[in-house]
Amino acid sequence: MTVVRGDIILSADKLGKRFGGFAAVTDVDLEVRRGSIHALIGPNGAGKTTCFNLLTKFLQPTSGTILFNGRDITRLPPAEIAQLGLVRSFQISAVFPRLSALENVRLALQRRTRGDSFDFWRSERSLHALDDKARERIAEVGLSDYAEVAAGALPYGRKRALEIATTLALEPQMLLLDEPMAGMAHEDIGRIAALIKSVSVGRTILMVEHNLSVVADLSDRITVLARGRVLAEGSYDEVSKDPRVIEAYIGVGHG
Amino acid sequence: MSAPADDRTEASTTPVATSDGRHHAVVFVALLALLCIAPFVLYPVFLMSVLCFALFASALNLLLGYNGLLSFGHAAFFGTASYVAAYAAKDWNLTPELAILLGTTAAAVLGTAIGALSIRRQGIYFAMVTLAFAQMVYFVALQAPFTGGENGIQAVPRGRLFGLVGLDNDLTLYFVVLAIVGCSLLLIYRIIHSPFGQVLKAIRDNEARAVSMGYKTNRYKLAVFVMSATLAGLAGATKALVFQLASLTDAHWSMSGEVVLMTLLGGMGTVFGPLVGAATVVTMQNYFAGFGAWVTVIQGAIFVVAVLLFREGIVGVLSRWIRKPL
Ligand SMILES: Nc1ncnc2c1ncn2[C@@H]1O[C@H](COP(=O)(O)OP(=O)(O)OP(=O)(O)O)[C@@H](O)[C@H]1O
Ligand SMILES: [Mg+2]
Repeated sequence: MTVVRGDIILSADKLGKRFGGFAAVTDVDLEVRRGSIHALIGPNGAGKTTCFNLLTKFLQPTSGTILFNGRDITRLPPAEIAQLGLVRSFQISAVFPRLSALENVRLALQRRTRGDSFDFWRSERSLHALDDKARERIAEVGLSDYAEVAAGALPYGRKRALEIATTLALEPQMLLLDEPMAGMAHEDIGRIAALIKSVSVGRTILMVEHNLSVVADLSDRITVLARGRVLAEGSYDEVSKDPRVIEAYIGVGHG
Repeated sequence: MSAPADDRTEASTTPVATSDGRHHAVVFVALLALLCIAPFVLYPVFLMSVLCFALFASALNLLLGYNGLLSFGHAAFFGTASYVAAYAAKDWNLTPELAILLGTTAAAVLGTAIGALSIRRQGIYFAMVTLAFAQMVYFVALQAPFTGGENGIQAVPRGRLFGLVGLDNDLTLYFVVLAIVGCSLLLIYRIIHSPFGQVLKAIRDNEARAVSMGYKTNRYKLAVFVMSATLAGLAGATKALVFQLASLTDAHWSMSGEVVLMTLLGGMGTVFGPLVGAATVVTMQNYFAGFGAWVTVIQGAIFVVAVLLFREGIVGVLSRWIRKPL
């Protein structure tokens, strides 16, 4: 399969991370095509979250390079990666629990439209200009009734939805979602999957997910990780027939 | 922009996170009126002590309650400013406002240095690093030639404000202190309720998430640390003029502990909690002064009971009752 270089939005070359003597990620090569939904799967402890931490610079790689839109981002701090349009979510839901749902989303708008906000002398009222936009984002994920509620008081599924609304308010070019379905009730999974599908228009998504039917349904391409290394890569059909993948998953891979 | 109050199912028991803050203005005005009458009923020096500690605790609360950073070394700023202001007023004969300004500036400079070296540490490590720096400051206060060692700097002249208004009268000084503390508390209120304050609260709630959204959180943490240190210094410098004394007590680690206690007792992360906490602790110390060393024990016992009974502090509990942030 030949890929035009310009089509690759994010690539990692020989990415590695050691924790002391333990190699959590070794020689990972990854190419994510612009506009695709790319899944990163693998058994527990395979190094998926560590990869996310490396790609978004929450961890400094021990070796390797990362290119985003052709630019070397290997040495940038994590906040700058986000400012470039590469935004991640977390394996456990990440909201600001004591702030209202509206304020959660507004913080994203605040960052995007006002940049650094060191204006401690200005009234909070200056942020009300962003409220309408924030409410729109909240409505998109069906949380309109919860706009004024403290995020920490929301049930898990709604927290996850709020997190996605907040992330989308940043209007990132590329999203890294770490197990967006984890801990979700069955009826929520369909809703979030549909949401991911709809926001993928005009964006690139790299997603870690254990729910293989969701992976099969959403992903254009799949990279399988095991013990910190890339085991296989391809479409769902290709990957799920790969004997090494089936072995790594001990049977779960039949999906 | 009021919330649809009824159709919240799962979250109906939790307080609404936002509010227009009009009730804050009411409380502020009522408090100011009360404080204007108070010196005619209670001892002005006692009240000034309450005011200084209210500012000190509010400064700590800005850092702890709104940015989630527990400093266990705030006595360093309080004490340094206290010494510098006392020295400036006594040995350089500076006017009180300049002495206070100099003391506060010293705290700001020290806060920038200590802040830059400690904000990268998380949780208990941050508390330990700030404590370690404060111990170094205490050591300097004990050994340096200009701090008066065990005696401290005594008989500090209160001087004349702007070279005009004599402050030897307690009542006059009281209203000066009230103005200083009142304006500072309004400033803190504004910081908390600003776009900057919004980011502080986000960092407090989930720093990694704030970073992932593109906020350079270390810069915000340093900024608020310096603000908090500066305001703690202002409290210390003012206190030096009120008591005409700068002493080792101001820089001692137990002072750092006391201000944390005031903040927790009153309710951290609330606007008025530190004021209530400071008033409570200072009153207790006044009343129990006759018990000598037992003050600490009684204070400790009350603190334990308070923490067990209402973990959110006095104002935190009140705020829950009236379902409005206080
Ligand atoms: N900060 C750390 N220090 C030491 N070891 C770590 C650290 N973070 C992760 N590890 C180890 O690295 C390995 C990979 O962990 P990682 O969290 O990336 O796995 P994962 O694929 O995301 O697993 P899961 O599916 O359970 O989320 C694990 O063995 C883990 O214990
Ligand atoms: Mg993981």
